Amino acid sequence: MREVAIAGVGMTKFGISEKSNLEMFAEAGLEAIEGSGVEPKDIEALFFGNCLGPFEEGQAHMAPFAASELGLPMSAPATRFEAACATSTVAFRHAAYLVGAGVYDIVLVGGTERAAAMGTSLATRTFAMGAQSKYESPAGLTFPGVFAMAAHMYAKKYNIPLEELKRCMAEVAVKNHYNGSLNPKAHFQKEITVDTVLNGMMVADPLQLFDCCPFSDGASAVVVAEANKVGDLVKQPIYVAGMGQASAGALYLQKDLTRVRARETSIRHAYDEAGVGPEDIDVCELHDCFTIAEILAIESFGFYDFGKGYDAALIGETGLKGKKVINPSGGLKAKGHPIGATGTAQITEIVQQLRGECGDRQVEGAKIGLVDTLGGDFGTLCNIILRSS
Amino acid sequence: MSYTLTFSQYHEGLKEGKFLGLKCDDCGAYTFPPLGVCSNCGSSSMQVTEIEERGTIRTFTVIRVAPEGMTPPYAIVIVELEQGPWVMGNIVGLNPDQLNIDLIGRNVIMGSQPVKGDMFTREDIRVLTFHVA
Repeated sequence: MREVAIAGVGMTKFGISEKSNLEMFAEAGLEAIEGSGVEPKDIEALFFGNCLGPFEEGQAHMAPFAASELGLPMSAPATRFEAACATSTVAFRHAAYLVGAGVYDIVLVGGTERAAAMGTSLATRTFAMGAQSKYESPAGLTFPGVFAMAAHMYAKKYNIPLEELKRCMAEVAVKNHYNGSLNPKAHFQKEITVDTVLNGMMVADPLQLFDCCPFSDGASAVVVAEANKVGDLVKQPIYVAGMGQASAGALYLQKDLTRVRARETSIRHAYDEAGVGPEDIDVCELHDCFTIAEILAIESFGFYDFGKGYDAALIGETGLKGKKVINPSGGLKAKGHPIGATGTAQITEIVQQLRGECGDRQVEGAKIGLVDTLGGDFGTLCNIILRSS
Repeated sequence: MSYTLTFSQYHEGLKEGKFLGLKCDDCGAYTFPPLGVCSNCGSSSMQVTEIEERGTIRTFTVIRVAPEGMTPPYAIVIVELEQGPWVMGNIVGLNPDQLNIDLIGRNVIMGSQPVKGDMFTREDIRVLTFHVA
């Protein structure tokens, strides 16, 4: 397998957009291509992520139109990936392996989504299509509901008073909103307090509005290429050190919702491939679709023992000045969550952190970064470990 | 290889008050609702059997922001059945606004009720329900 690196990254501001899925993707894609010192004609394939285009815009089969927007050559196959919220992370993993295998030298990976454009009711319905349609969706399952059930199980299993757990969850939201306030591309760029969270509307007991990430519009893209080629193109290649992806069935089959088994499987593969362990990770962008989700993730990665990670944000260990910086971009919580675009936006943040380009939210001296994206109700997990040298 | 117990057959069972599942010929585990293979050992050699209704609540939530077509508030539970399978459904017979974490661990009896279909599901569909034993 050849060494693979990232040459350039691009993303739109996340939030509410008047632009179409394709227009947003064109912006992100051109930014990534220009930042890589290549031209659209040099791109040999497009790995394109979008989940809900048919509901957002009546647009299926978006990948070839995306290639056309960017002026990619006809010889570059453009293929759509869909893995719910993990869509563009999964696309990235497949792209990187095909470059590593020598099938392509330079490819573009990314995603686009107009989740906000659907409105809350239709967005909640179509997001819920990521759950099992015969045996889960008829109960009225929503994604906040999935993580709400995980939160209740966590409190019960570890015998933590629910009010204490909720306060610790609120600290995750406060931290990620603070980080988002330092990120000009974040959906929300305002700080909040614990009271903001605890006084919010109840969405799915015990999760309140500020425990939940928003529906966002946005796009992101990265140029992936054979490492020597990237070294010729840009000053600071960011290398793909290791990757993992794992799959699980319906939520009820997973039984203990405090342990995301697919994540444990995925991260083990990524750590092994990279030859690193939890102690080596300097910065992490993880799937904080809900505050409890960040707590589950840091335990899965081995940053904390199971049942011990819930107060990490409260005691400041996962903040920008903490020992294990989690979601410096603001995470899904504050940066926003345009589902098909989320994974390559997480990769974009880690690339910029490893290059030292993040200004006020820069994690000093970060050399190894971890990306984590969860799709559906614990069904798809994908992890990418990147390094700067 | 033909699918042993389809959703359609399972669903017809629910209409008749039966909970049709699968018993593995190799490991003896029960799979409910149905899958292509045994949820415990992966064997495709399974027999259709009726599943017993008793179980214990393992977690829950009350949905207050619902998908299009659903009317909140309503409670969702995950239940461990006495025969082993874990299943998802709705709590019935309790006020969703009066539930708290003490619901976890309560013993329940399984039933089912129809849910109105929408333009995506095309037809009405029965959901598992649970009431406190």
